[in-house]
Amino acid sequence: MAYVAVKGGEQAIEASHRLIAEDRRGDPSVPELTVRQISEQFGLAVDRVMCEGSVYDRELAALALKQAQGDAVEAIFLLRAYRTTLARFAVSNPLDTAQMAIERRISATFKDIPAGQVLGSTYEYTHRLLDFDLLDNADDAGLKANVAAQPLDRDVPRAFDSISEEGLIEAELPEPELSSPVFDLTREPQSLPAGRDQRLQNLARGDEGFVVGLAYSALRGYGAAHPYVGETRVGEVTVEIVPEELGFAVSIGDIMVTECQMLDLFGGSEDEPARFTRGYGLSFGKSERKAMGMAIVDRALRCREYGEEARYPVQHEEFVLTHTDNLEAGGFVSHLTLPHYVDFQGDLQFIRQLREEQSGGRKKEAAE
Amino acid sequence: MTESRDSVTGRRQAYNFAYLDEQSKRMIRRCILKAIAVPGLQVPFGSREMPLAYGWGTGGIQVTASVIGPDDTLKVIDQGADDATNAVSIRRFFKRVAGVATTEQTGAATIIQTRHRVPETSLKEGQILVYQVPSPEALRRLEPRESETRKMHAYAEYGLMSVQLYEDIARFGHIATTNSYPVMTNRRHLMSPSPIPKFDNPKISNSPAIQLYGAGREKRIYAVPPYTDVRSLDFKDHPFRVQRWTQSCSICGATESYLDEIVMDDKGQRMFVCSDTDYCASRQHERPAS
Repeated sequence: MAYVAVKGGEQAIEASHRLIAEDRRGDPSVPELTVRQISEQFGLAVDRVMCEGSVYDRELAALALKQAQGDAVEAIFLLRAYRTTLARFAVSNPLDTAQMAIERRISATFKDIPAGQVLGSTYEYTHRLLDFDLLDNADDAGLKANVAAQPLDRDVPRAFDSISEEGLIEAELPEPELSSPVFDLTREPQSLPAGRDQRLQNLARGDEGFVVGLAYSALRGYGAAHPYVGETRVGEVTVEIVPEELGFAVSIGDIMVTECQMLDLFGGSEDEPARFTRGYGLSFGKSERKAMGMAIVDRALRCREYGEEARYPVQHEEFVLTHTDNLEAGGFVSHLTLPHYVDFQGDLQFIRQLREEQSGGRKKEAAE
Repeated sequence: MTESRDSVTGRRQAYNFAYLDEQSKRMIRRCILKAIAVPGLQVPFGSREMPLAYGWGTGGIQVTASVIGPDDTLKVIDQGADDATNAVSIRRFFKRVAGVATTEQTGAATIIQTRHRVPETSLKEGQILVYQVPSPEALRRLEPRESETRKMHAYAEYGLMSVQLYEDIARFGHIATTNSYPVMTNRRHLMSPSPIPKFDNPKISNSPAIQLYGAGREKRIYAVPPYTDVRSLDFKDHPFRVQRWTQSCSICGATESYLDEIVMDDKGQRMFVCSDTDYCASRQHERPAS
């Protein structure tokens, strides 16, 4: 009976779980991937999962990817659900990205910058040709890159510091503002209008595709952005916390981050002179596309600060901030697969009733 | 609950009772208290990511996790049914992370988490009905901006909703809302009763049970305390009416319950059965087999 087919979910769920397990493993004659292999060889996927999962832990992110058959959003889901159960023991000091151990550092504003441009590892100048040699286990010999014997100095100045000093670029936030408690989007609901701290957290956790798509819209015509990459830098920074019982900062480790500062021309207003304004992006690991997209969207959302008319979706704070989260979005879309018998029955009845009355009305008209 | 975890990394630990940590549960309980104090008011809360997708009942699960204790007996229904996949999955979740007793009997449960139905059997004092809410904002379809709808609630500026209902009547001759039918709670707050069919709206009013509404993705909690007036919006000349069927339940013969239409074959054969599986089953027990 059809009735049975739509009920009795318990066995179906169990069978489905077994199917996932089987799908995940694939052909058992092929050796199983190890978490370490994923973390070493799918590093950029791991970075994305850490960034949007908001947990800096390569091993757990790699585990999530393994469990999710490589589906980034599902892996982000697993990691965030795990994150929920962790206690928060401290809030770190602001990262000092000026003290970064730089691996890559690019500025599109000045050709010659103090300490130089550092290309680092990037796909940007690769030719996107499939490397068929990778079909076989590659010979690892000769893979060692040529790197400088000496690391770059820590404390590499910003590429655009020289014009900042002329006042041509808006100042970074003054120190006192940094010492006030930072809004925590993972513990408190969003409140609008959102401060910049909320906004940047939201974008950092936001779906890479969506954030980059919004940034694209701002560049392409649905926005007034004409940004320059003031600087993008990738490298390790030290995370410091101040334990209450100590009262001074201690380092709890280094993390790899990507930071992007976009400069956008601001034509000036009656009270403010023309200058470059900043958009800011920061992501875990090497996630440059994300950090850049974030910086562009951040700047677009600051339109009100500059008295610019908000005309485009990317400038609409509520629209942007409520739709960036891929778990919220994915969950709500996928819930449509749940039964809606009750609601549908209501609508079905209503349509029938309407049609009945309409046809009754028509008969009446015909009779008249 | 006590999952043995890898002792090498030292990272894996047992989950807390009912999954959420105590601080999160306390925060949610505070929001629930506020929600109960101001019936129908949407209280923002710091919704957590749960191991279930947003849109699948994370709000209800967080509310349940925050109010459940080891002595509680939990019932979970989805569309009225205890054996629907989502209900089974959520019930299992709490069995696993809280170790509580579960039941399918409305009368035996202390907490009932529901998606889209209010049980047919009347609730009692001491019971808690937890609704999973996808869209808490009753005004959302009329005004997409949260910043605006919050002002409208603050000023009790609900004319727009009346206009919408009036437009339905002008167009169809009826109010066209069949579920999430808007209600006025405690004569003050316009509230979405979540997507229950309007058939269930009258059961919300003056219920002896506590009714809690949790919307995880939208990060809102609201509540109807026991014995609170909840009125479905209508007009004098177009009074509120619930759905009625000409059929009765093919299994238990009920005429007063919400019926699901079941397609039997591809020749248009169909039957009607209670969507509330426990109600249907208990009626079958009561009726001597003929």
